[in-house]
Parts: sequence; structure tokens; C-alpha cells
Amino acid sequence: MSPRENPSVETRRDDERVSNNAPFAVSRRTVLGVGAAVVAGSLPISGFGQGSEIADNPVGSLPGDPAHSLQLQTTVNGQPVSVVIDARTSLLDLLRERLALTGAKKGCDHAQCGACTVHVDGRRVTSCMTLAAKMEGRQVLTIEGLSGSEGLHPMQQAFIDHDALQCGYCTPGQIMAAVACVAEGNAISRERIQEFMSGNICRCGAYVGIVAAIEDAAAKMGRG
Amino acid sequence: MQPFSYTSPRSAQEAVTAFADAGKGARFIAGGTTLYDLMKLDVEHPSHLIDITAIESLNRIDTGGEHLRFETLALMSTVAADSVVARDYPVLAEALLKAASQQIRNMATVGGNLLQKTRCMYFRNGANGVYPCNKREPGSGCSAIGGLDRGQAILGASGSCTAVSPGDWPVALLAMDASIEVLGPQGSRTLPVGGLYRLPGDTPHLEFTLEPGEMITAIVVPKTTAGRRSTYHKIRDRESYAFALASAAIALEMDGDVVSKARIALGGVATRPWRASEAEQVLVGKRLTPDIALAAGHAAFNDARPGRHNGFKAELGARTVGDALLIAFERNRS
Repeated sequence: MSPRENPSVETRRDDERVSNNAPFAVSRRTVLGVGAAVVAGSLPISGFGQGSEIADNPVGSLPGDPAHSLQLQTTVNGQPVSVVIDARTSLLDLLRERLALTGAKKGCDHAQCGACTVHVDGRRVTSCMTLAAKMEGRQVLTIEGLSGSEGLHPMQQAFIDHDALQCGYCTPGQIMAAVACVAEGNAISRERIQEFMSGNICRCGAYVGIVAAIEDAAAKMGRG
Repeated sequence: MQPFSYTSPRSAQEAVTAFADAGKGARFIAGGTTLYDLMKLDVEHPSHLIDITAIESLNRIDTGGEHLRFETLALMSTVAADSVVARDYPVLAEALLKAASQQIRNMATVGGNLLQKTRCMYFRNGANGVYPCNKREPGSGCSAIGGLDRGQAILGASGSCTAVSPGDWPVALLAMDASIEVLGPQGSRTLPVGGLYRLPGDTPHLEFTLEPGEMITAIVVPKTTAGRRSTYHKIRDRESYAFALASAAIALEMDGDVVSKARIALGGVATRPWRASEAEQVLVGKRLTPDIALAAGHAAFNDARPGRHNGFKAELGARTVGDALLIAFERNRS
């Protein structure tokens, strides 16, 4: 697969994705979708897992001592989420294993690589080292919620234009960190971009393209 | 990871009460970047977590009074970006910006950072009997002594433990004579930031002087003109996002080119944030030249006790101090 076909930056609507990748989508939904109740919002956001179908399988309690689980109300990609979780659950595992939002990746699971980067209340964080319980009342944004009805986010397009990836595993985290880097005002020079993107490791070594993409997107986001 | 129960009280007093009610196995958690990490590694096993981050009004930054005051839940990223801190106290802003990644700085709090645990790989990665560690399992032994000790401390170590105190922020605060406010079952108290840390001695599992159920509520930094002639100089294996091999926090008071008072603290080389009093004494009353700066750096390591692979830290540390002194000296020279 060439980088231009990388699924992490695709824009197809949910229904198209399901039909194009039907066997995978169905099995993932079946295995991972259990237990999360997504309260249906107005319009489904592109790429939000299979939200409305997850809502068909709410789970009121988990096995084990009830004292070790809790009810969580949060918002993910603009949609309210209500779910019972084991208190040990990381935000990353909540997203991937319960909400079927597999854009954020588990690289190191110790906040060292940045592949799991998402935004919480507009700030970038490593979701692997964030207790899901902390998301009560917060706004979570993942790569699936980044692009709008007008297509790719400028940062996603810039990553494609600058070949800012090879294998693509770190890319969702890179893009979420990069969008925040621009919003923070830290994309004002190559040096500053390098410093403020140092929490995102790319083992393919696509750093030159990543920095170029951020410089490019920063200019476009500024004109926004 | 051991299962645990979780509560998020709405006030500091509520949190202290919740801790007392929860009994043994209770822990406060703020950003979680140390505690949750170590829980995943099976090094920490709390049975009850009291999340203090939902407490209202414990994250304020006040730079307008006689002191800088950072409430405990202020984020590292927020304090680093504060305009007064960045302009008048570069040692503080630099220590925060050279620590961790922006993602982690958005999670970690300035109070919680003071209680960050060592990165000693035997401590972190040896749970369940893989490697003995006196800090993790008192009395079990130390795998780092005679082992792979390149990252270990050369100051303040004991025959029981050589683990490095990993923080940058506490080192900067030590150089600024900061103090911390603490709330616990017996009420509130204030102590100098240096008073928070113990030497390992025979009890390396006791790292901090906080009593059970006590939480840090604020950090207070005296305002001083030395803040403008300050720096945090950090030497790492890579340019960004790594722990210090050696670091130096410097704050200078000058009379022309002559040092009237110097504050020097070291990171990356000692078992606790380390005040380098010997180095400070070398400088007082002297013109700050490259030679005298390096001499002060060497004085800081007079008592260094290297192991097998970390002897380089003495010379690296001395030069780090020497370079840092010159950086601070050149700042705001007028």
C-alpha cells in the first residue's frame, strides 16, 4: 500500500468503508464494540467507529468487584459517550477496545512514543498514560474526528503532500500532535517544530517530511 | 495491574479525608504520568486512587505578589508558558520545557512532578523478582551496584541504592530557594523544597518526607533579581525529550562582573536534587571568568563516587556547571 492510500487519512464515509472492507469491519465491530453505549447525537461524525451500532450493546456492569468499575460520561469527537469501565482502563484502551476508534495507536503504552496522541479539551495528551476515568465531562478529539465535511484537515493533506510517513503507524499521533503544535503557536520555525514534536517518535525516520508538512499546514491553518 | 477503586473529590480537604478513610493502599493521583506508568510496570500497587485533578481552584498561578505561587495542579505546560516566568525566571521555564514532551507537560502537574520516581531501569523493570531493588522491595539488594550503572548517581549514593533523582523542575526550584505547602491530616505546613527529599542511606524506599495522607498544595518561589540571571542547562543523550545525564540550575547575583551570590543545583548526577554549596563558595567575590566557572564546576564534584560505567558524569557535570554559569552570566547583562 502506498502512503497515499493509507487508511489513517482516508475520507470515505462510514458506510462506504464498511462496504469496502466488510469482513474486517464486521468482525472488529463484533469483537470490540461490546459494552459501550454511545448516546446518539444529531449527525454521526465521519469515522466515529460504528457508534450507533455500539449503542445496541450497552453493558451495565463489569465482572468482578463493582467497586473497581465506574460509570463514565464523556464526549468523543463531538458525540456523548456513556460507558461502564474498569477503573484501570486507559483512555487509549477505551478508544480502541470499547469505542472501536483504532486511529490512536498503542506503541509503547508508557507515554514515550506519542503514537497514541489525542486532544483532551483542546490539549494534546498521550492517551495511553491517561486514565479513562479522568475523562468525565471532558471533550476528547481523535484522528477520526479531525476531518470535517469539507474533507481532509490541512495537516492530513500536508502529510500526504510531503510524504511524511512510511509505515504510517505513528502517523495519527504525529498528526494530532502537529495540529496542537500549530494551535499552541509552536510551529513558528523548523527548530521549534522539532523541539515541540520530540514526543512523537517515527521509527521509519520520516522526520524531514513531517517537519515540512507541519510548516506547510501551519501556513494554511493560519490563513484558515 | 492490580484492580483499584477510584474517587475524585472536589476539594483538598475532601481529598485528605478520603485518603484517611480509604486506609492502607490509598494513593493520591494527579496527572498520573509517574504513578499510572509504574502501576503498569507492577511497581506500584495502590488499592484505592484519589484523583485530585477534579479539585477546583488548585491550579492557579499567581505572579503578582511578593512571591511566585504555583498551585499544585497547575500544568507543567501552563507554568512554562507563563509570561512572567519565561521573562524573569528563565531557570524555571527552561527546566519545565526541557522536561518530557508537550503531551506529558499537558498532563503532568507542577506539584506531582516533585514526586516523580527514579528512572533506574532495575527499579522500573525488575518487578516480580526479576531484579532485586532495595527501593522497590526493601532489603532485596541493589542490581545497579556492579551492574549496568551508566545512568546511576555519583553523588549522594549509598551501599543500598544509587538511583538518580530524575527531575528537572525540582532542581530549578532548589536553586531558587523555593518552598512547598503541604496539607495533611494534621493540617497544613510549609517546608523548603530541598526538605522534601531524603538521601537513600539504608532506607532507599523512603524517598520523600511527606507523611502518609499529606499532599502538596502549592509551590512558592521568592522573587529575586537573580531570576533574570538564571538558566537550566541540561545535557542529554539526544537533543530533546530525554532525561539528564547531567544538568545544572544557576541563579546569579552580580556586582558588576563579580559574583555576590550564586545558587547552583544539580540534576542527573545525584540521588536527590543536589545543592552544590562547594561550587557556590568558589564563586563568591570572584570575577566570573571561564576558568573560575569551570573550577566551580569541578568543586561541585569533589565528593563524587563513580561506579563502573558512570565515571564520565563527574567531568561532564563539571563542564555543565561551568557552561551554565557563563550562560546565566551573559543573560540580562546590563
